[in-house]
Amino acid sequence: MRRDVLTMGKNSRGDTETVERFLDSTLESVDSAEELALQEAERAGVPEDDLHKIAMAVRESMVNAVVHGNRYNAHKKVHLTLTKGHGEFVVRITDQGEGFDYENLPDPLAEENLLRHSGRGIFLIKAFMDDFRVRRLQPEGTEVTLVKYLVSK
Amino acid sequence: MSVKLSTRQVGDVSVVDVAGRITLGEGSSALRDALRDMVGKDHKKILLNLGEVSYIDSSGIGELVSGFTTVTNQGGQLKLLNLTKRVKDLLQITKLYTVFDVHDDEAAAVRSFA
Repeated sequence: MRRDVLTMGKNSRGDTETVERFLDSTLESVDSAEELALQEAERAGVPEDDLHKIAMAVRESMVNAVVHGNRYNAHKKVHLTLTKGHGEFVVRITDQGEGFDYENLPDPLAEENLLRHSGRGIFLIKAFMDDFRVRRLQPEGTEVTLVKYLVSK
Repeated sequence: MSVKLSTRQVGDVSVVDVAGRITLGEGSSALRDALRDMVGKDHKKILLNLGEVSYIDSSGIGELVSGFTTVTNQGGQLKLLNLTKRVKDLLQITKLYTVFDVHDDEAAAVRSFA
């Protein structure tokens, strides 16, 4: 039994369709979120070349939520929603952590940072998705939104 | 299985054949452990064959970079062999492609250590 799935729903609102999961703060959740995103993106008609990019962006965002946001806290969940419609595939990942400053991250392409062990996750998400937004929630939590356009805008 | 590593010796070059996914968790820690083990055994010439690596995430890239700096700091060399298109693209957008010595031919890669 998959204990990480607390609710599961598919709702049709107009011409959009959303799948959601509440996931435990574990690395297994990272894998299952990536797998689900890949499946849903494929169903949404995302081109083959972009499937891997979405999968990787979801993986990196989930790692941020589980590791840096919720810090593997067993009492905290990660909310994942995957929405297709209006010519977009939208991934929203929300954690219950204290959040961190997305605006002032070191540039991983700067000469002095090239050989750093970490710090490339957000850069890769931005490189692989068409839009990336971050919202701090009150009293806690961070919501990131990843968008891949299914049609040229 | 996330990743499988096996090591073989070609002359004085240690070739590590890596297959699977190098991602946060088992995959990246297996690569880290393997490289630390080789450095601990004073292997100075290490060729990482990534031909069967289907996926690397930012954590896996971090392990490649850390492995590179660890081996270099010990006076050794770490080179890469047989990058898939995805891995090559990833190293290019992170500007790491030119940091590593990358080869497509194993015999030529082995000779390049001399």
